Amino acid sequence: MNVVPVQPPGEPAGPARNEPPALELRGVDKHFGAVHANRSVSLTIAAGTVHGLVGENGAGKSTLMNIVYGYHRADAGEIRVHGRRADFRRPHDAIAAGIGMVHQHFMLVENFTVLENVVLGAEGGRWLAQGLARARAELERIARNHGLAVPLDAVVEQLPVGMQQRVEILKALYRGAEILILDEPTAVLTPQETSQLFTLLGRLREQGKTVIIVTHKLREIMAVTDRVTVMRQGAVVHETDTSATSERALAEQMVGRSVLLQVEKTPARPGGVLLAVKDLEVRDRFGVPRVRRASFELRAGEILGIAGVAGNGQTELLEALAGILTPTRGEIVLQGRNLVRGRVGPRERRRLGLAHVPEDRLRMGIIGDFTAQDNAILGQQDRPAFSRGGFLRRAAIAAACEHKLRNYDVRPPEPGRLLSAFSGGNQQKLVLAREIDGDPQVLLIGQPTRGVDIGAVEFIHRQLVALRDAGKGLLLVSVELDEILGLSDRILVMFGGEIVAELSRAEATEQKLGLLMAGVKEGAA
Amino acid sequence: MSAPGRLPRWADVGLLPIVSLVAAFAVSAAIIAAAGENPWTALRLLAAGAFGSQEAVGYTLYYATNFIFTGLAVAVALHAGLFNIGCEGQAYLGGLGVGLVGLALDRHWPFWAILPTAVGAAAVFGAAWAFIPAWLQARRGSHIVITTIMFNFIASALMTYLLVNVLIKPGQQSPESRELAAAACLPGMRALLAPLGIHLSPSPLNLAFLLALAASALVWVYLWRTRWGYALRTAGKNPVAAVYAGISPSRVTITAMLISGALAGGLGLNEVMGVQHRLLLDFPGGAGFVGIAVALMGRNHPVGIILAAVLFGGLYQGGSELSFDLPHLNRDMIVVIQGLVILACGALENLFRAPLTAVLARRPQNEAE
Repeated sequence: MNVVPVQPPGEPAGPARNEPPALELRGVDKHFGAVHANRSVSLTIAAGTVHGLVGENGAGKSTLMNIVYGYHRADAGEIRVHGRRADFRRPHDAIAAGIGMVHQHFMLVENFTVLENVVLGAEGGRWLAQGLARARAELERIARNHGLAVPLDAVVEQLPVGMQQRVEILKALYRGAEILILDEPTAVLTPQETSQLFTLLGRLREQGKTVIIVTHKLREIMAVTDRVTVMRQGAVVHETDTSATSERALAEQMVGRSVLLQVEKTPARPGGVLLAVKDLEVRDRFGVPRVRRASFELRAGEILGIAGVAGNGQTELLEALAGILTPTRGEIVLQGRNLVRGRVGPRERRRLGLAHVPEDRLRMGIIGDFTAQDNAILGQQDRPAFSRGGFLRRAAIAAACEHKLRNYDVRPPEPGRLLSAFSGGNQQKLVLAREIDGDPQVLLIGQPTRGVDIGAVEFIHRQLVALRDAGKGLLLVSVELDEILGLSDRILVMFGGEIVAELSRAEATEQKLGLLMAGVKEGAA
Repeated sequence: MSAPGRLPRWADVGLLPIVSLVAAFAVSAAIIAAAGENPWTALRLLAAGAFGSQEAVGYTLYYATNFIFTGLAVAVALHAGLFNIGCEGQAYLGGLGVGLVGLALDRHWPFWAILPTAVGAAAVFGAAWAFIPAWLQARRGSHIVITTIMFNFIASALMTYLLVNVLIKPGQQSPESRELAAAACLPGMRALLAPLGIHLSPSPLNLAFLLALAASALVWVYLWRTRWGYALRTAGKNPVAAVYAGISPSRVTITAMLISGALAGGLGLNEVMGVQHRLLLDFPGGAGFVGIAVALMGRNHPVGIILAAVLFGGLYQGGSELSFDLPHLNRDMIVVIQGLVILACGALENLFRAPLTAVLARRPQNEAE
C-alpha cells in the first residue's frame, strides 16, 4: 500500500506566485442531447503543480478534458490558458497553446520507431530525413532535461507498455506542451512502472510543467498530486489540497455517500476440489504458446486470484477453461469430468455448472445492440426456463430479467432497454447477475470491476464473497492488485504464460506480487 | 448515460428513410428538368402510373412480391452478419425448381398437391444454390460476397444451357419450356377475390403475393421469437459473444444462408407459376439486387421490407408508364431514378443521419435534469 510520494505534497511547487494559473475554466457547460455532461464547471489549476481530477464513470471528467483539448466545444463558459482566453476548435489549436494529452489507449503507430512516432504530424519540412535529424537532436535535449530516457530507434510494438507511455509523454513535450493531461495513466502499468511514472511527473513539475491526472485510483491521487478536484454528475463537488484529505473522504465525495473500500470477509473454508488443471498449454492462432504448462486446483468455498500484468496468458487461460479456446495439451477436470479429452464445448460446460464473466465484456459478454432481456439469456437461451420447443418464452424472459435488474440494482431496471444505453458498471452488473443466477459451481471471472464505479465495485465484491461463502469456487483474474489482494484467499502469479508463484493471502504483499508480476524470480526479491 | 449522437427510434425508422427519399426525388427532378421535361408532371405521372388505378396497383404489388422475397432473403443473411449478393442466382434456381415440378406433375396431380410441392422445390433449389457459398465461407473461409456474386453467373450459365439444350419446347426457336397446364399455375388475385364479390381489373398479381406476406410473418417469428433466430442474430451482431454463449458461428452461417436462399427461391413461384407459366431466360430481372436496397431501406425488418418493396414496385411500374408518356424519359432514365433512390436510402443514409441527429438534439429537452 505504499507508493512513495515523489515530493511532500502541499509544498508550494510552482515557481512564481503571481503568475496566472496554467488553466482556468469558468462556467463550462456541455450538453449531449438529453445528457448534461458538464454543469457550469469552474476549475483553476496553478502552474507547476500536479492536479488530480477524480470522479466515477460518467461524472464528466473525460468530457471536460476533451473540451480543454479541443475535441468538443463547450456550449457555454470560458477557458483561459496561462491567462489568455482560448477558443479551441480542434486538438491542433490546443496543442498550439501548449496543451498535451496522453490517452488511456495510446495513439501510437505500432510498427513505427519511437522517433517516427514522435514526429508524426510534425515532420517539419518537405523531406523526412531532414526533419528526423532535427527532431533527434531536440528529443535528446528534452530527454536529458527531464530524465526521460527512451530508445529513439526502437520499434514501438517491441517496447513494454510503460515505455510506450513515455513515448506519448515525449510526443507531447516535443510539441511544446506546458500542460500535460494524463487520462487514466496507470491502468496498464505494473506497480513498479507506476512509481517510475510518478517520479517522472515529479521531475516535470520541477521543470515548471503543469500536470493534470484523470483517474479513479484514489491511492495514486494521494501519492502524486498537489491538489485534487472531485466531479460528480457533471459538476465539481469538491476541491482541496491533497494533504488536507484522505482516500476515504474522496471516495465519499465521488459517490455521494460513505463507501467501504475494503471488502469484509471471514477466512475461507475450502472444501473439495471443483476444478483441476494439469499441465495446460494454450497456443494462439500463430502457434505461440500463451499458457505454458499451468497446473492448479480450485476448491469449493475459495476465491483463487490470478495476478499478472495484462497479456501474460490470463486471458487465454480463462478462455481455455470456458471452452472458447482449445488447449494444445493438458487436462481440465471439472467435478471429475475431463473437459479437454471429452471435447466439451462452452454450452455443455455451462450445463455442468461452469459460469464465465469474461474479461472484456464488450467484446465477448454482451451484445450492445440487443435489449437487456436478450442479453440476460445469452448462453442460457436453451434452458427450459427461457425457451420451449424452440420458441422463446418472452414473458418469462422479461420477468426473469427484471428480477435480475432489481436484485443487482441495475439502473434503470428496464428489460426492454438497449444494453448500450446502460453505463459500463450497470452492464457489468447484468453480466454478473446472469452468470451468478445460472447457479454455477465454478465461476470464472475476469476483471470484475474494469470500468465500474466505486459504488458498484463495493456491490460486486460483496456478491463475489457471498458466492464463495455459499460454497462455490471462484477463479478471479484481475490486473488490479488491490482487487486481487482484497478478494483472494489464495493467489497465483502469471508471467509469460507460466504460473510463477503460488502465495497464500497472508504471505502476499503488493511489493512481492509486483516483483513476481514483472518476472523477477523470488530468490532475487 | 445514453450515448450522444443517437437518433431516436421513430426518427431512425420513419423520418430518415423519408428524408432520404425526398432527397433522391429532388435530384431526380433536377435530372428530369435537365432532360427537358417538367419534373412535376413527371412525378405526377410516376405516381399515377404506380398507384393511380386498380390495374396499376396490381402491377405494383406484383413487382413488390418479387422484392419482398428477395428483400427478406437479404435481411435474414444480414441479421447473421452475411452479405448475400447471390439472391439473383438463388431466385433463378428457385424458379427452376418450380418449373421442373410444374413440368413433371401438371398433367398428373391436382393444384392443391402441386402447390406445396412447388413451394418446397422453390425453397430447396434456392437453398441448395446458397449452400455452396455458405459452406465455402464456414469451412474454407472464402468470402461470401465474392462467391455469391460468382454463383449468380454460374446460375445464369446453367439456366441458359438447360433452356437451350434440355428444357426447350421441341420445334421452336426461343429458349423457353412448354407452357404449364392450369393445375401448375397460381390463381390470379382477380380470380381469388371474385368469389368474395370483389371485382378487380386484370393484372399479374397472384397468390404469390399472399405467400410473400406469409413468408414475412414467418421470418419475423423465426428471428425474434425462436431460440434459433436468437442464435442467428447473436452470431451476426457479435460472433465472439456467440462462441462464448455456445453458439457455433459457422453453423449459423450455413443455416442463415439456407433460409436466405430458400426465401429468394420464392421469387420463382411468382414468376414461373404465377405470371409466365413457363420457364424462360432471365425471369428474376434484377430483383435479387433490388432486394439489397429493399432490405437496407426496410431496416431488415419484415414490415419495413414490405413497405420498401411496395415503393420499389411502384417505381418499376410507374417508371414504365412514364416512359410511354414522356418521350424524353426513356427506360434508362427510370433506372437512374431507381438508382438514386437506392443510393440515397442505402449507401448514403448516413449523409442525413448526422445533420438529422443534430437538428433533433437541438430541440428543447425536458427530461434533462
